[in-house]
Amino acid sequence: MTKQIHLAAHFPGVNNTTVWSDPAAGSHIEFDSFRRFAQTAERGKFDFLFLAEGLRLREQNGQIYDLDVVGRPDTFTILAALAAVTEHLGLTGTINSTFNEPYEVARQFASLDHLSGGRAAWNVVTSWDAFTGENFRRGGFLAQGDRYERARTFLATATELWDSWRGDEILADKDTGQFLATAEPGTFRHKDAFFDIAGQFNVPRSPQGRPVIFQAGDSDEGRDFAAASADAIFSRHSTLDAGRAFYADVKGRLPKFGRTRDELLILPAATFVLGDTDAEAAEIAHEVRRAQVSPQTALRFIEQLWNTELSDFDVDGPLPDFDPVVSDNLISKGRASVRQFAKDPVALAGEWRARADAGNLSAREVVIEVTGRQSFIGAPETIATTINELVQADAADGYILVPHITPDGLAPFVDKVVPLLQERGVFRADYTGSTLRDNLGLDPITPLRRPGETVTARAAS
Amino acid sequence: MPPSETEFMVPTPTPLHLAVALNGAGWHPAAWREPAAQPERLFTAGYWTELARQAEGGLLDFLTIENALNLQSDDHFEADSRTDRVRGLLDAVLIAARVAPATRHIGFVPTAITYHTEPFHLSKAIATLDYVSAGRAGIRVQIGARADTAAHFGRREVEPLRRDVLTDPELQRLIVDRFDEAADYVEVLRRLWDSWEDKAEIRDVATGRFIDRDKLHYIDFEGRWFSVKGPSITPRPPQGQPVVAALGHGSVPYQLIARSADVGFVTPRDAAHAAEIVAEIRAGQASAGREGKTVHVFGELVVFLDDTEGAAVARKQRLDERAGTEYRSDAQIYVGTAAGLADLLQDWQAGSLAGFRLRPGALPHDLTQITEKLVPELQRRGLFRTAYEADTLRGLLGLGHPANRNAAA
Repeated sequence: MTKQIHLAAHFPGVNNTTVWSDPAAGSHIEFDSFRRFAQTAERGKFDFLFLAEGLRLREQNGQIYDLDVVGRPDTFTILAALAAVTEHLGLTGTINSTFNEPYEVARQFASLDHLSGGRAAWNVVTSWDAFTGENFRRGGFLAQGDRYERARTFLATATELWDSWRGDEILADKDTGQFLATAEPGTFRHKDAFFDIAGQFNVPRSPQGRPVIFQAGDSDEGRDFAAASADAIFSRHSTLDAGRAFYADVKGRLPKFGRTRDELLILPAATFVLGDTDAEAAEIAHEVRRAQVSPQTALRFIEQLWNTELSDFDVDGPLPDFDPVVSDNLISKGRASVRQFAKDPVALAGEWRARADAGNLSAREVVIEVTGRQSFIGAPETIATTINELVQADAADGYILVPHITPDGLAPFVDKVVPLLQERGVFRADYTGSTLRDNLGLDPITPLRRPGETVTARAAS
Repeated sequence: MPPSETEFMVPTPTPLHLAVALNGAGWHPAAWREPAAQPERLFTAGYWTELARQAEGGLLDFLTIENALNLQSDDHFEADSRTDRVRGLLDAVLIAARVAPATRHIGFVPTAITYHTEPFHLSKAIATLDYVSAGRAGIRVQIGARADTAAHFGRREVEPLRRDVLTDPELQRLIVDRFDEAADYVEVLRRLWDSWEDKAEIRDVATGRFIDRDKLHYIDFEGRWFSVKGPSITPRPPQGQPVVAALGHGSVPYQLIARSADVGFVTPRDAAHAAEIVAEIRAGQASAGREGKTVHVFGELVVFLDDTEGAAVARKQRLDERAGTEYRSDAQIYVGTAAGLADLLQDWQAGSLAGFRLRPGALPHDLTQITEKLVPELQRRGLFRTAYEADTLRGLLGLGHPANRNAAA
C-alpha cells in the first residue's frame, strides 16, 4: 500500500544550520517570524510545527558562544500564541524533563491542548548537566545514568495526571447546580524513586486526552523508551540506509511493548536546498555550506573536537598536527553534538585528517564536508521523488524539515515540492481532521488506553 | 501665561486606571448558573478571547487571569469536595499568550505561583508574552504555598503553610519567609529581563558574530532559598521590564509591593483605609530605596452592576440563594449601578489610589456593565481615557521605558 507522507516544519535553531548572515534572514525572536513560519507550514498542509529548546546559552572557552543565532523565546508561550494564528497545524514543543516537575508540565500541555483545540505535542528530552542546572533552583541534581529513568518516570507520572480526568466529570448543569459529576476529580497518587506526589490535577481532560508524545534519543535505551511510550520519533537518520536500519530497529521493538507498527511514526530531521535544476541546487548548496561554516565557525568546530583553544590557528591551512586533548572537562558547554566528538576524539581526528589528505582539503573545507551536508538537494521534482522513495522504502514515515533561512526559507518547499507530492497522491490536499493525532493518522486516545497501562496490561495477559 | 479662573474652579481630574480580574465564570460561586454564563466553554480559547475583546472595547488598562497549582476550593488550606462550584483551570500565562495576538491594546497580567514555578522559566515566559503581545505583558506574583499544593511537587526543603500552624507562633516567620522569597523571585525575574542589553544582537558578518557577548550578563543571583546564573535565553523584552504586580492584605505583602512591584492590588474598606495603605506602601518604598519609582496602588472591588440598584441587589440575592450562602470576599463588594460605582471609585481615588482592579461577580454580565456603563460614566466625569493613548502596558500605566541596569551610562 502506498504510504502517506508526513511533513513537519522545524523553526530554525540556534546552531550553524541557520544562516543568519543571509540578507533575507529575519528575526528569531519577533512573533511575526513565528507567525509567518507557522502560516507557511499550514499553507503547505504540514502536520505540525516543531520547536527545540535550550535552557542555558552555550559557551566555548569559558565565553558565551556568539557565532550562531543566540536567544529564543519560551516554548510553551510561543506555541500558545501560534494557536491563535493557525487552525490545523500541530504545535510540538521540546520540554526538558530534568528542569521541570510533572504536575506543572502536565498542566501546561493540557492547557495548550485545550487552547489549541487538540494540537499539542511534547518532545520529551532529558539532560543531566549541572551547567544548565545553574539556572534552576532545583539545580542539576541528576546523575547521567538516571536520565532515561527520570524521563520515563516523568512521562509516566504526567500520563497519570492526564488520565486522572476521564472526560465525563464536567456536567455544568445550570438547572441542578451540579458542575461536577464527581466530588474528587483529578485524584492521583504517585510514588517512585524520583517523584512522590499526591493530590488533585486541576486541568480537565483535554481534546486529545494528552499531547502527542515525541522522543528524540538514539541510544538503545532511548529507542526502547520511544517504542514503549512515544507516538513519534524525531530521528537523525535521514539517508536511505541509515534510515531503513533505524526504522526497522525501532518498529521491530514495538511488539515487545504490545504495540503495532502504526502506533509509532519515524520522522527524521532533514534540511533541503532547492534550485530550478539539480545543478543549480548543488551550487546553492555549496554556497550555503560555506555560509554555515564561516572561517570563525570552522575554527570553533576544530576546537570542539581538539578540545582546546586554538586562537592563532589558520583554518585555510591543514588540520592541527597534534592529537585532541582527551578530558572529561570539555571546552564547549551546553551543546549536545559535542558528546559525539568526545566519544573518541583521537580516532575522529584521524578520520578528519584522512578526509583532508584524500581531498587535499583545508581545515575549513574538512569541517564543511564532515559536519552536515544538506539532506535533500535538487530541483523540486528530484526532491519530491527522493522523499517519496525514502518513505515508501521505509526509511521514514516523513520528515521534519528545517530551512536555513528564518522565517521564509520554508516557502519554496511549500510552493514547489508540496504540490508535486499532492499530485502523486502521497500527501494530503487538505486537512481532514481537527487534532494533531488526526494529522498524524493516530487513533484517538481513550481514557482507558494509555501507554504505561497498556504495556502492563498486555504484558500481564 | 497665568492659568484662567475657570481652571482653578474646575481642576482637571486625575484619570484613573482600570483593570478587570478574570476568574472562571466570575467571582461569585454561583455565577456559572446565570443565564448568560457559558460554563461549558470555560476551557476554550474562544471564551477567553471574547472576554479580552470585551475588556479592550472598554479601553481597560489590563486584565488579570487567576491561576493556581491546585483545584479550586472554598477552603483556603485544603481541597473541598464540592460539586456545585466551577472546578478546573487552565494555565494563566498560556491563556494570555493564546489571547494576546487576537487583541491590540489591552495588557495581560496572568498570575504565577512563586513557591513552585522556576523563576528562570517564568522570566522567559513573560518575556515571550511581551513579544507576542508587542509590549503588553505583566505578571502578578502569588505565593501559593498551601500544603496540599506542595504535595503536588517534589520540592520538600521549604515548609508550606498549613492550617495547624495558624496558631503556631512560627506562622509569622513562615509567612515573612515566603514573601522574602517572592521578593528574591521578582529580583531574579527583573535581572534576567535585563541580562541582555537592548542592542546585543549585532549580526556582524565581517567577524561572524551574531551577538556582542559583552552586552549579555550573568545575573549570578544567590539568595537564601535559591541561586540562578543567567543570562536569560530570551533577549530583553520589548517593554524592557514587563509590569510586576502583587496583591496584599497586610503589612508583610505591602512590603513586597513596596520593594518589588510596579502595581499593588489592595483591599481597603473605605477611602480613609485606602489612604492608610498607600501611606504604608510609600513608607516601605522609601525604606527600600524605591521612593523615586512609580508604584501604582489599585483598589480591589467585587462588583455586581445593573441599570438600577434594585436589579443589582435582586441579582446578587438570587446568586447567593443559589450558592446556598451569602457571598463574602477579601475585597469590598459593590452592588448597584455603574453611576454609584463611579461615585465610590472617585471617593476612594481621593485616598491616592491610582486605579482599580474590578472583579466581575458574573461573566460576561458584570464585565459588559463595566465596559458599556461604568466606562462611559467615568469618561463623562473626565476620569477615564477615551482612546488608548499608548501601545504598551507600561505606556498605558505611565511607567516609561526603563533603562537597563547593565547598560553603560
